Amino acid sequence: MKDNKLAILTNGFIKENPVLVLVLGTCPTLAVSTQAINGMGMGLSTTVVLIFSNIFISSLKRVIPDKVRIPCYIVVIATFVTIVQLLLKAYFPDLDRALGIYIPLIVVNCIILGRAEMFANKNSVVDSALDGVGMGIGFTLALTAMACIRELLGSGSIFGIVLTANLIDPMSIFVLAPGGFFTFGVMIALVNKITQGRVRDKQKNGCAGCASAAVCGQAEEGGCQS
Amino acid sequence: MSIVREAAMIIMAAVLGNNFVLVKFLGICPFLGVSKKLDSAMGMSIAVVFVMVMATAATWPIQNLLLVPNGIGYMQTIVFILVIAALVQLVEIAMKKFVPALHRGLGVYLPLITTNCAVLGVCVLNIDEGYGFAQSLLNSFGAGVGFLVAMFLFAGVRGRIENNDYPESFKGIASTLIAASILSLSFMGFAGMIDGIFGM
Repeated sequence: MKDNKLAILTNGFIKENPVLVLVLGTCPTLAVSTQAINGMGMGLSTTVVLIFSNIFISSLKRVIPDKVRIPCYIVVIATFVTIVQLLLKAYFPDLDRALGIYIPLIVVNCIILGRAEMFANKNSVVDSALDGVGMGIGFTLALTAMACIRELLGSGSIFGIVLTANLIDPMSIFVLAPGGFFTFGVMIALVNKITQGRVRDKQKNGCAGCASAAVCGQAEEGGCQS
Repeated sequence: MSIVREAAMIIMAAVLGNNFVLVKFLGICPFLGVSKKLDSAMGMSIAVVFVMVMATAATWPIQNLLLVPNGIGYMQTIVFILVIAALVQLVEIAMKKFVPALHRGLGVYLPLITTNCAVLGVCVLNIDEGYGFAQSLLNSFGAGVGFLVAMFLFAGVRGRIENNDYPESFKGIASTLIAASILSLSFMGFAGMIDGIFGM
């Protein structure tokens, strides 16, 4: 039983990493990963929302009627996003300014709705909380890693500490939009290389939480892969 | 600045310079997911333009006439997402009843748009930028058209890259992202153009 709980927790770290394996939540991933500190701030904010929404949705799963479950989930998620938004404004105003519009947009982050739909409404409160922690940490790790790469190549620093001052000129393209797509693409290719394509089945699962699954036509063909 | 000039500037900036998908990273999921076939990409985009303008027409008055005067501006996120969700449902029902032909074309895309971050994004951005009602509507329309342009171009690009022979690890979404990166690179050129034309 203990192994099981541990497995739920660590599932999101690497094996089902929401960003690199399930390819969910691409918008915030691309948008805020320009600086390591922003990536980490976004990751942690999302983690907080994810944990609390998972706990609430899991404990309310008998109360929420099946037909209107999605609007109910959205209300729960939006409530926690608002709380996080106000806390950030009060205690981390710099981070709040840097993340800007992407804070309210945590509401429509497919990771959160996806975990509510795929995990929290089927599992116990404790398991859902662990899943929220695991997935949140996985998201934070992926975001921070990507942000470190982009910040190092684009501004020559990590967490604001200048590292490559006299070695190479920073390639500012990496902190701009094209660099985001490029870094993300290369990271996913790396994950494919390391796992030798085994992650593709997982991406099929990811589609259950994706809003576009119905018209995407790729859910049957093996997820967002092709 | 004349009204026409200002309107043209807002739309041009939203379509090209601040393209929602390629510059602001909003609505990436449908951009990557639905861009495989040109007709579904177009159906989705037209539905997005439609919902963006409708959502702005609903959320702007709510924010400025209801939430702000009552001092509950912090309810923005919850209220906006609920209004958008309800609005999309209403539009779908109305469309089914009154224009069934249009519903057959766009119906499947409408429910998905509720959770599309571009729609909530444009509503929040209009408020953050301090746009007036007419400016907000123009900006939303421009953002929607920008989404359409990006989808249209990218559907074409994907048709081309689909059957190419690239390394095994890059097959699938990785190559799609690299292609998006190059497309995004070309949109960066528009950033200066808007300023140049309108002399800002």
